[in-house]
Amino acid sequence: MENVAEKTLADKYAHIKGWGIDADPENEPTYPIKHWTGDDHKRINWKRPPLQPVNIEVLHSIERPNITAVFGTSSPPSGLSGAIRRYAFKYSEGNYAHWFALVLADRVNMVEGIIDDIAHGHFPNFFKERGWTAEWKYNRKAMITKLAIGAGVLIGVAAFLYARGGKKKSLL
Amino acid sequence: MLAMNFRGPFRVRIDRKPYPEILHPEDAIVRVTRSCICGSDLHLYHGLVPDTRVGMTFGHEFTGIVEEVGSDVTKLKVGDHVMVPFNIACGTCSFCKQELYGNCHESNPEATAVGGIFGYSHTAGGFDGGQAEFVRVPYANVGPTVIPPEMDLDDAVLLTDVVPTGYQAAEMGGIKVGDTVVVFGAGPVGIMAAKCSWLFGADRVIIIDHLEYRLEFAKKYAQCEAYNFRSLGDPVLFLKKTTDYFGADVCIDAVGAEAAGNAIQTILGRKTLLQGGSTTALHWAINGVKKGGIVSIVGVYGPTGALVPVGNIVNKGLTIRANQASVARLMPRLIDHVLSGRINPKEIITHRIPLEEVSEAYHIFSAKRDNCIKTVLIPPRAA
Ligand SMILES: NC(=O)c1ccc[n+]([C@@H]2O[C@H](COP(=O)([O-])OP(=O)(O)OC[C@H]3O[C@@H](n4cnc5c(N)ncnc54)[C@H](O)[C@@H]3O)[C@@H](O)[C@H]2O)c1
Ligand SMILES: [Zn+2]
Ligand SMILES: [Zn+2]
Repeated sequence: MENVAEKTLADKYAHIKGWGIDADPENEPTYPIKHWTGDDHKRINWKRPPLQPVNIEVLHSIERPNITAVFGTSSPPSGLSGAIRRYAFKYSEGNYAHWFALVLADRVNMVEGIIDDIAHGHFPNFFKERGWTAEWKYNRKAMITKLAIGAGVLIGVAAFLYARGGKKKSLL
Repeated sequence: MLAMNFRGPFRVRIDRKPYPEILHPEDAIVRVTRSCICGSDLHLYHGLVPDTRVGMTFGHEFTGIVEEVGSDVTKLKVGDHVMVPFNIACGTCSFCKQELYGNCHESNPEATAVGGIFGYSHTAGGFDGGQAEFVRVPYANVGPTVIPPEMDLDDAVLLTDVVPTGYQAAEMGGIKVGDTVVVFGAGPVGIMAAKCSWLFGADRVIIIDHLEYRLEFAKKYAQCEAYNFRSLGDPVLFLKKTTDYFGADVCIDAVGAEAAGNAIQTILGRKTLLQGGSTTALHWAINGVKKGGIVSIVGVYGPTGALVPVGNIVNKGLTIRANQASVARLMPRLIDHVLSGRINPKEIITHRIPLEEVSEAYHIFSAKRDNCIKTVLIPPRAA
């Protein structure tokens, strides 16, 4: 198979003196990670596996012509984050617009997640979700210090705003 | 069923999700028996991987019992207890045919630069992962391997990611008998890479990190030298001095995008995402290796650009070798290493946590609390 392909190429380039004379199959820096078969030169024309039916929205990289034979169905694009993701997929993987738009979509998606939770009557338990029960168990001292600093800053800001509010009133 | 549910950076919880379905004739449904948290999951957990959608279930390092198979599945039957490689691979594309199972072209529509991976954002195909009671396993004829009856389940689960990744890190290093190998990162992957470097005939194995408890463990488990970069001053200078001012023969980056040790890198790569991760460890690897040496990268980075000293790669004539581990390729060899006692993977497990406590488990592994090295989640209905 491989030799036929090489023979054909050798014929094709018969007019180039020395074509392929130094080609060395042993010079394969990716071996043993890759077992070179020559299939690469057939490009994407392998016999494809059966195709998973597409009945959700699947965004695909514009660097490929189609959707892969299988794909995940975890969380199809939806809402504002979905719209941003669709925009992102107008750009190739080499383009910053693609990745920055996706990161932006992720942050928007996080807020959508909170809204969605509340809409379903579930106020997210941030303390629990962040695994802070474990922090309380294994790093209590540092956690108390952090909480105290946080509370201190909050009280400071509140006091400052209160004082400013007072001043404004006295100016009136 | 119970499944981990991602809600945004640093926020995950256990939730009820519908039981997965067969969506393709080569699918299997597997009831999970063990599922690890990997260093790679931390990149998702910290919000560093673009297109990590709210509602996704993570988990790409797991074992389970086959519950259901699609019409074209011939290699597995209901009841088989299998280890499932983290890569989703079709077995028929050009890349799979050449055993690049981590680079399959028929498993991830969202990106061409990475093959499908279980529970690893939509950038890796949008598959729900194994930190759940059940999981859909595509291409069940290619990846999953029946666990040999004499193998411990805790060893088996580590053969789906951390062992092959550590092994391939050493393999890609092209280690020659007598070489000095330097491994950056004493996490599960780095520890395994150090351990496997001996199998290729290294004469000196050095591991570098800044977490004392991990260095202590690595020193014993991988029988190697261990150094804390916080007390080394300049790690590159240290490596030059300790190799008679020659440079290491091989450097392995088992840290990836969340490397500590350089403020500018941390700001660009971790805080602002202006580059695809912090490349501090990779910098040290490139500068600390000898001329004509090999740098093997298994640490994971983001898809955008990142600062590395390209000029030094050129001028030193370095070979950079990198990939996602090709788990299915390495499986037979590694099963042999484990069964013959050359590698004892389960010794790196420090935490066994019920799946229901997934939020705490993530926090402990991410914040490196309680001397955590490797965490395994155990679903309530595990064997
Ligand atoms: N290529 C693959 O197939 C593959 C598979 C699994 C994991 N990974 C990647 O391998 C990397 C390690 O995984 P892990 O599970 O061991 O993660 P981990 O987070 O437990 O370990 C990373 C270690 O690196 C240390 N570290 C941080 N900055 C450092 C620096 N500048 N120099 C040296 N050490 C430093 C940390 O303290 C930590 O101990 C991650 O990036 C992960 O995504 C790749
Ligand atoms: Zn992993
Ligand atoms: Zn493939």
